[in-house]
Amino acid sequence: MAHFIDRRLNSKGKSTVNRQRFLRRYRQQIKRAVSDSVGNRSVTDLESGEQISISGRDISEPVFHTGKGGKRSVVHPGNDQFTAGDRIERPPQGKGAGQGDGEASNSGEGEDEFVFAISKDEYLELLFEDLALPNLKKSQFDKVVEYETYRAGYQTDGVPGNLDVIRSLKGSIARRIALTGRDRRKLRELEAELATLHADKHDHTLAIIALEKDIAELREKIARVPFIDTFDLRFKNYDKRPIPTSKAVMFCLMDVSGSMDQTTKDMAKRFYILLYLFLTRTYENVEVVYIRHHTQAKEVDEHEFFYSQETGGTIVSSALKLMDEIIKARYSDANWNIYGAQASDGDNWADDSPYCRDLLLKEILPLTRYFAYIEITERQHQSLWREYQAIEASCENFVSKHIQTVKDIYPVFRELFKKDQHSNAVGV
Amino acid sequence: MPKTNQTHEPLSDGPDWNFSLLEQYEFHIDRIAKNFRLETYPNQIEVITGEQMMDAYASIGMPINYSHWSFGKKFIQTEQQYRRGQMGLAYEIVINSDPCIAYLMEENTITLQALVMAHACYGHNSFFKGNYLFETWTDAGSIIDYLVFAKNYITKCEEKYGTTEVEDTLDSCHALMNYGVDRYKRPQKISIVEEMSRQHQREAYLQSQVNELWRTLPDIKTDDRPQPVHFPKEPQENLLYFIEKNAPLLESWQRELVRIVRKISQYFYPQKQTQVMNEGWACFWHYHILTQLYDEGLVTDRFMLEFLHNHTSVVMQPEYNSPYYSGINPYALGFNMFMDIKRVCQHPTEEDYRYLPDIAGKEWLDTVHFAMRNFKDESFISQFLSPKLIRDFRLFAIEDDASRPYVSISAIHDEHGYQAIREKLSAQYNLSNVEPNIQVYNVNVRGDRALTLRYIPQKGIPLDESRDKVMQHLHRLWKFDVSLEQQHEDGAIEVIAACRRSNNAA
Repeated sequence: MAHFIDRRLNSKGKSTVNRQRFLRRYRQQIKRAVSDSVGNRSVTDLESGEQISISGRDISEPVFHTGKGGKRSVVHPGNDQFTAGDRIERPPQGKGAGQGDGEASNSGEGEDEFVFAISKDEYLELLFEDLALPNLKKSQFDKVVEYETYRAGYQTDGVPGNLDVIRSLKGSIARRIALTGRDRRKLRELEAELATLHADKHDHTLAIIALEKDIAELREKIARVPFIDTFDLRFKNYDKRPIPTSKAVMFCLMDVSGSMDQTTKDMAKRFYILLYLFLTRTYENVEVVYIRHHTQAKEVDEHEFFYSQETGGTIVSSALKLMDEIIKARYSDANWNIYGAQASDGDNWADDSPYCRDLLLKEILPLTRYFAYIEITERQHQSLWREYQAIEASCENFVSKHIQTVKDIYPVFRELFKKDQHSNAVGV
Repeated sequence: MPKTNQTHEPLSDGPDWNFSLLEQYEFHIDRIAKNFRLETYPNQIEVITGEQMMDAYASIGMPINYSHWSFGKKFIQTEQQYRRGQMGLAYEIVINSDPCIAYLMEENTITLQALVMAHACYGHNSFFKGNYLFETWTDAGSIIDYLVFAKNYITKCEEKYGTTEVEDTLDSCHALMNYGVDRYKRPQKISIVEEMSRQHQREAYLQSQVNELWRTLPDIKTDDRPQPVHFPKEPQENLLYFIEKNAPLLESWQRELVRIVRKISQYFYPQKQTQVMNEGWACFWHYHILTQLYDEGLVTDRFMLEFLHNHTSVVMQPEYNSPYYSGINPYALGFNMFMDIKRVCQHPTEEDYRYLPDIAGKEWLDTVHFAMRNFKDESFISQFLSPKLIRDFRLFAIEDDASRPYVSISAIHDEHGYQAIREKLSAQYNLSNVEPNIQVYNVNVRGDRALTLRYIPQKGIPLDESRDKVMQHLHRLWKFDVSLEQQHEDGAIEVIAACRRSNNAA
């Protein structure tokens, strides 16, 4: 006789440990796949996890098994045309071998790509492992903290507006019961006695008078206990606590003049994606403002930002000026954490570069948490780079980096946000 | 078997099932199985969900197993394929243990549950209990206990020596897992309590033996010139056993890990050798049991149609040129062979008397039981594959010699070919033909402690490239130079892989 057991309610996660171990073991490969995937995403796409594909060769578990060659004889079913002694020319590579050797199952997982999905959280975790926001320490000081008021119990004193009626009346009832309970009980007894005396045929006038006097006294005593007393009053208590600011705005500035080709823009895009993903890990809501410029700057939407081509010269300061205007108009509220990311191929009208420096130093940098400039070029640096280098030397929240190929982006990004640089500030 | 023509009220054919219905079906299946003289371990039937089935898949089907990344990889693969709909989950998993644990999947209909109970709880179960290989090589009563012991031991090692260290050692053991099997010695049956108490003694003893082997102080009594010593005296095929006992620098906990992997490998060894028979036997019985249920009027036509649909897709053999072909389907071959044995017993032809004189015309139930008990795939096929079956499958043999520009057909399903096909198919299931023959050949005991393995190829089939990686794993366990020699047909010896100490600072 069999014994049935219902295991359906047992935990399903038996393999979780092993799955985690797998992810940990192939962290390097998975991370590589993760950073490769960044380029294929929209800047603000955060909802999805990611398909990870790592080479099957890396994760194979080797065993001794036979290779190609030698003499084999294999039995197959379904003969429809052969007789003993037939010779079949080997097909040029491939098919024949696949049928001929019975090894398919042994070496089954050969060089195929091993593809699997990781969740959104795992994705971000891998992407931003050991990274921290820059300037955490500094921001602790200059962050204007916002307070929120919250209910914090009751107190016995306060303004009438905060009076809690129900709580107060509850107190009143309790007090009255406590102070008059014994007297009321006695009163009930006396009244009962009085009633019996009245009902009796005999005359008890004296006793009745005495009783009535007692009753009257008791009633008076009870009436002297006030219906509500200051002692009963309860006021709602409010307290204030600081709330961390959770709003951030990220400015993406990009040069779209003729010299910026689509590859360069794609590289810049990756940088913006990384920054956006990263900010969303810290701030609850992150707004993105796209500013593109050639000789004039314009605020645009994401698609136009990345995919429309302009020609003409380059005046970088126009974008900075627009950024400054937008900050003043829409993000002047001190709750906003402002981040700037600028990408360019380094071309600028030479006279404009010093102006850019002034604009940054005087107007923008004091307002922003961090401003990153990446220059994507394979040519010599020009005046803009030199001016920016000067700013970098004097300002903590400004960084400029040089990127040559797509491969540089992630390392540069990591370098920008490396934890140990600011490790002393992480604890805050 | 007396045909029972009682008319029963048929059992509900669902498709939904509940526990009381399962019990009713199980009751009848059990009754019929007993009539067919199927002896089984007690059944423990566990109902699980699809996700739990994937968990079970990932840990090589066992209800409990130690943690290792490779099981995680397996899980991710299974999950991925399942999610994409590239694969359905198996209907069942059954474990060779006492009591015999079988899993039923929640999603299945009552028909499938009945099919699985007949197939796994009576088919496989009786095979585990009756077949000589399982009887000799595995101990159903202690496997679960042993896995519990192994899991706890490995967890403790991880706490003590670090997960990475433990996983690395296990990786290396897994690479050599197929070479962790004793083919000619009976392993002992021991309980978990004994296993634990012995484990400590063994640790101490093993280390002392190893120390003895590797001692560098000269032995005082025999101060002759050092003789060239050949160690081991005979080549050894159980690499993991050899490492466990003789690796010079392994810690005692690492020896225990080697042992655990070896034990598990040994436990699965009979299953590898009886795939065709085991599946064939289980299909043969689910077919008979459910048909009997139908004959007794216990199940409806609808039940029967659903059952037959599933049954036929399981025992289907695609032909060599079909896109679904991936070798011979063990379910198809096994099922048809047992059915054919029954036919030869009941309705033998003149040909059967010639080719299978031992069984033609005998009592069929005795004969199938005899076949189940005393054979493994290789011998089963060479004993019972009848010409009729060869014709039914239209089997043909291909000779593939890499040194020739063509492949040739050496035998087909005709009078001249029967014997050859039978031999070739049988050889195809001979594990020693399938797994490369690699043995421990020598250890330089008095010198640099280098370990030499020897590969003796059959029919000139070379080893795959993966040997280099496996040798690295071997090196991790042995910790001194390791090399792999190939012995050519003319007797020449060639080193085909090596891992030296300097390239690998272990």
